[in-house]
Amino acid sequence: MHIKNKVYNGTMYVVLCGELDEHSASHTRIVLDDIFAGGDFNQIIIDLSELEFMDSTGIGVLIGRYKKMKTRNIPIFICNPSKHAEKIFKMTGLYEIMPKIV
Amino acid sequence: MFNSNFMEVNFKALSINEGFARICVAGFCVQLNPSIDEINDIKTAVSEAVTNCVVHAYPEQKGIITLRCEIEGDGVKIIVSDYGVGIKDIERAREPFFTTKPSEERSGMGFAVMESFMDKVDVEKNEKGGTTVTMFKQVSSALQVGNA
Repeated sequence: MHIKNKVYNGTMYVVLCGELDEHSASHTRIVLDDIFAGGDFNQIIIDLSELEFMDSTGIGVLIGRYKKMKTRNIPIFICNPSKHAEKIFKMTGLYEIMPKIV
Repeated sequence: MFNSNFMEVNFKALSINEGFARICVAGFCVQLNPSIDEINDIKTAVSEAVTNCVVHAYPEQKGIITLRCEIEGDGVKIIVSDYGVGIKDIERAREPFFTTKPSEERSGMGFAVMESFMDKVDVEKNEKGGTTVTMFKQVSSALQVGNA
């Protein structure tokens, strides 16, 4: 898992690249928490266009970040999910807390 | 010919082997000429089953996972077995959002994803300990390929 990020106009943009499963989950959590700890931003957009695979472990990782950001009133949005990731998001109801944006 | 084919591998219950298991099954299923969606469904279900073994079956992180695939009729049967501590209440474990490890940010959706992405999922306790998950996925083009 490789994670790219930048802040632009108060938005933290994050791109997840690679595979998000149990093996990469711990690294992903640590890197995202580190990225979200700094910077001046009031919302987060997670771009999944370069995510090659994700299972339900990824849902746990995303919900964990949502809970942390909720304490700071920073919303998280999802964009460019694969058809497959979308299927998991819909069945788990993730979009109810992390809306999809186009 | 296709109906008699199978493969079986054993590997350590390590998270790094999840990717190996996915690729292994996907490679085996190519002979059925599955669609991209079908292969992604299978890979995800396998990943969920193997993750369950890695996370729950072996608390001391030492154990073996057996992965078996069989061509069966117009689809593939996938069997994932561990020989670890077993699941106390299988029925409860299959409920969406149920997890024994909420502090570890587990979604509790592993079995729900397997059931959603595969056509059939059975979970059984092994006689000598551990759990076996047996899944079946019908592959839309398998019949045509088998008859070719």
